[in-house]
Amino acid sequence: MSGVAIVGAAECDLGSTGKSTLTLQTQAVTRALADAGLTLSDVDGLATTGVSRFSTTQLAEYLGLWPRWVDSTFVGGSAAEMMVARATQAIEAGQVSTVVISFASNQRSARSRSLGGVAEEHIPEAQFETPYGPLYPLSYYAMAAQQYFHRYGGTREKLAEIAVAARAWALLNPVAFRYGAGPLTVDDVLAAPMVSSPLTVADCCLVTDGGGAVVLTTLDRARDLRHPPVRVLGYGERSTNTSMTAVEDLTATGARESGREAFARAGITPADVDVLEVYDSFTITAALSIEALGFCGPGEVLDYISDGRIRPGGELALNTSGGGLSYCHPGQYGVLLLVEAVRQLRGEAGARQVPDARVAVAHGTGGILSTHATVVLGVR
Amino acid sequence: MHVPPPDDVTAGWWDATREHRYTLQTCRSCGHVQHPPRALCTACSSMVDLGFVEASGHGVVDTFTVVHRAPVPEAAVPYTIARVRLAEGPFVLSTLEGQDWRIGDPVRVGWLDLDDGRALPVFHR
Repeated sequence: MSGVAIVGAAECDLGSTGKSTLTLQTQAVTRALADAGLTLSDVDGLATTGVSRFSTTQLAEYLGLWPRWVDSTFVGGSAAEMMVARATQAIEAGQVSTVVISFASNQRSARSRSLGGVAEEHIPEAQFETPYGPLYPLSYYAMAAQQYFHRYGGTREKLAEIAVAARAWALLNPVAFRYGAGPLTVDDVLAAPMVSSPLTVADCCLVTDGGGAVVLTTLDRARDLRHPPVRVLGYGERSTNTSMTAVEDLTATGARESGREAFARAGITPADVDVLEVYDSFTITAALSIEALGFCGPGEVLDYISDGRIRPGGELALNTSGGGLSYCHPGQYGVLLLVEAVRQLRGEAGARQVPDARVAVAHGTGGILSTHATVVLGVR
Repeated sequence: MHVPPPDDVTAGWWDATREHRYTLQTCRSCGHVQHPPRALCTACSSMVDLGFVEASGHGVVDTFTVVHRAPVPEAAVPYTIARVRLAEGPFVLSTLEGQDWRIGDPVRVGWLDLDDGRALPVFHR
């Protein structure tokens, strides 16, 4: 448990915006500060990624800041969760008082997403993996799903529940990309075009513009601000692989360790969690994370989620925004897990509000099950 | 097909492919076998006892996926990508020739000759 709290949270414009990444970043930062009742002049720490090679320095200059603390940890979809840990430690150490963590992209408007991923000629994968033409990151997740099905007897039908439930939540979120799109059925998922077997288009996250930001400061300062403080109770992380061949067992991810350490630091167990926000880059990503975080035993997740447990009103409130699958996926979606967790803990989530939410977990996954970071948040 | 040129560490591995020899980097100090080749042994940290040893070219399918959408326009789909667990221990990524693969299927290495004289290992039944 730390003496640090999230005091502001906001999204930038989402969907297909026609705006530049730095415009969306500016929206995210200024809206999160306004939410907290703060201004840019209060900010002395900044963390972001995905802007440029010098991401945080770039954004700081753009915003007219000269921060005394920066972090550009570049680990894909778990970056924002790792930044919460870094920022919490820096605030507790007295190096910085008020940190904004942000991310935004215009990847839908810019058509900047490619099925093969980004080529880097100097890394071993360029010689030993890329020549074979795996979709990156999709084919790795597909191979994880295939291995999971083989080992534990899972099926595409059972895994589709992750996408079906995400859509049900998105229908309750007016800013979700699929809001108003109507329910998704298991048959819809199975009948969608196959991309990398066993995963279809409907097993894959959206490609949208979007992003968000959160503001962290000391608990003492937080008590004077607009909203009840959302305390950072715990955090943990693991970095496991960049290649497709380094990890022995694709079904057991580094989320086991990141979750165990975050929960221990917070002094909680999965039974204490009211809201669980996990990165759903693909249906299998969310399924493996639920299992690795200890909500069920090894090999049990597809049965665990099968009885409506993760749909609105179910026993486990999962990805209440509609997730990357049906709400918004700008790439490096981790910051939006935090934004939704904060809203749930403050009771601001409208039609999708989880009653009496006290403890929320945000769990980011980056790359090809490469990086894993868990944050536990709570309100009294 | 574009395969980047070897570097100081991987040159020996690629040289063997010119003769269709499948090798694996092996540590003479502790016996560890690893792939891809590195500047150190990840088991004992030795940086001097590493060499390339002839491998069996046999393995089993650890997991696989059939790609239905091409990452580059010139690729003909569908094709099968797999993680192969080599008999010597390491995993490698490769394509599987043919169709209807299952996890656990035994495979052996074959070669796809590149324009520069090197060859890319692929696996088949």
